Amino acid sequence: MPRTDLAPLLEVGGLSAWYGEAQVLREVSLRVGEGEIVTLVGRNGAGKTTLLRCLMGLQGRYSGSIRFRGTDIARLPAHRRARQGLGYVPDDRGVYSTLTVEENLTLPPRVGPDPWTLPQVYQTFPRLAERRAFPGTKLSGGEQQMLALARVLRMGARLLLCDEPTEGLSPLIVRQIGEILREVKRQGTTVLLIEQNVHFAATVADRHYLLAEGRVVESLDNDQMRTREHELLDHLGI
Amino acid sequence: MIASRPAARPLLLATGLLLALALPWMVYPPVALDIACWALFAAALDLLLGFTGLLSFGHAAFWGTSAYVAGLIALRSGLPFPVAVLGGAASAALLALPIGYLSVRLRGIYFAMVTLAFAQMVYFVVNQWRGLTGGENGLQGVPRELFGLDLSDSFLFYYAGLPLVLLGFLAVWRIVRSPFGRVLASIRDNPARAQALGYPVDRYRLLAFVLSAALSGLAGGLFAVGHGFASLENVYWTTSGQVVMMVVLGGIGTLWGGVLGAALVVLLNDYLVTSGFEGIGIVTGAIFVIIVLVFRRGVWGTARDLVRPRSGGGRRDRPPGEADGTPARPQGVGSPV
Repeated sequence: MPRTDLAPLLEVGGLSAWYGEAQVLREVSLRVGEGEIVTLVGRNGAGKTTLLRCLMGLQGRYSGSIRFRGTDIARLPAHRRARQGLGYVPDDRGVYSTLTVEENLTLPPRVGPDPWTLPQVYQTFPRLAERRAFPGTKLSGGEQQMLALARVLRMGARLLLCDEPTEGLSPLIVRQIGEILREVKRQGTTVLLIEQNVHFAATVADRHYLLAEGRVVESLDNDQMRTREHELLDHLGI
Repeated sequence: MIASRPAARPLLLATGLLLALALPWMVYPPVALDIACWALFAAALDLLLGFTGLLSFGHAAFWGTSAYVAGLIALRSGLPFPVAVLGGAASAALLALPIGYLSVRLRGIYFAMVTLAFAQMVYFVVNQWRGLTGGENGLQGVPRELFGLDLSDSFLFYYAGLPLVLLGFLAVWRIVRSPFGRVLASIRDNPARAQALGYPVDRYRLLAFVLSAALSGLAGGLFAVGHGFASLENVYWTTSGQVVMMVVLGGIGTLWGGVLGAALVVLLNDYLVTSGFEGIGIVTGAIFVIIVLVFRRGVWGTARDLVRPRSGGGRRDRPPGEADGTPARPQGVGSPV
């Protein structure tokens, strides 16, 4: 069910980005409505991670407009965007190994009007509650992923930018992360995530953008995603 | 911070305090004051090097400026010496604002070089402004008194000055353990990531720089007043180098390692000077090389790793070189987050 009727929380227009001379994004436009879960699907090198980095303000050279909650944030430094409610979960999870789980959770400032409380976080992520005094290095990949997600939820981020949260995790953990994303959505938070796992994407998300060679080539809903699963898998080379 | 065993911490703290109190009985009192001041200086530098990930090669500017300002206040106004020392520390913080503002946006070796260059400019000014600083003669005859009490005896002055040093250590310790300190650690480990979590990295670095300079100034002012003179050596680049050496010897990011490093270097210098041996630099240099090669984490860091069980290892004290030692690159371009 496409939900393009919702007011766009994020609206990206004509976004191009470069690494040195190489152009990795070409005039990308997309929108994400309030309360949606939207995935970016595409091969390695299609520009998905670069797109998230541009949105967060971590990409060196790019042009285009990024409207978040009605204002253009394309020229703001990363920390200002974070304070406006963008929560970034990088592909390496970004857990600080020198801090404990709880220190990692409480490190960022609270930015949203309705941030998750620590008990709320521990209720949704019981593994983190058990490991709250552990240093970041002692966590499994799945636990690190949960910590990274929990950290931006505790900030009160309105839009989560997740770079392949399921990469390299066991099916059981992937299912748990799916549960958590649905819970996040129930609480009214919007998610834009990179996902290579087409099946997983179709079960958690509302809509999908297919990226290829730095362009958005298609916008798909879940039905299209399911009926064309084989074709897409072929395209992704999986 | 041998943190994993709760009993160890108060025991270490008590031992440290006892040693601080007993020091003038164990060594020549002026040397005891040297150790205390350099130890605080090293801890202040470690706040920047070990806990923020910035290697300053110009901290003599803050130690030395405070030495002159504190000396001048004591000479000209006759105010009690703690006021002079605190005035010196304030002047160091004030000087650190513009220097830090222009430096903290640089990374790695560039930051080190720019701070060194600023310190050399301060040296030049102090050397040229003879009317105020006495040029090559320095400031001499700085009075040491507190409400009419004559403290020119080094033994007495040590105890009068010790509270200021302990206050400085308390400040460093509080900063490192505060939420602010955790933000600094996150900036040290990965600046771009800290920024994505909502922290203006350069502003935090500047604040850490100013705090470090103020505490260096506290140490330098006390050093100058305690010895009764301020000299050009206080602002010379070898002073910047010496404090870096102390921190590295003791262990970067260990806080208390700098104390060990300071004691080691000051005692060694004192021993070699009194023995009449000419090649002090050869000996301290050789020891420096050996310690860096054998104890990668410095004396304190290595000792702690030996004492502590592995389970809690590596917390908040990874040498920042591993994180920030990568060559500086244009901000935000392809840096991993």
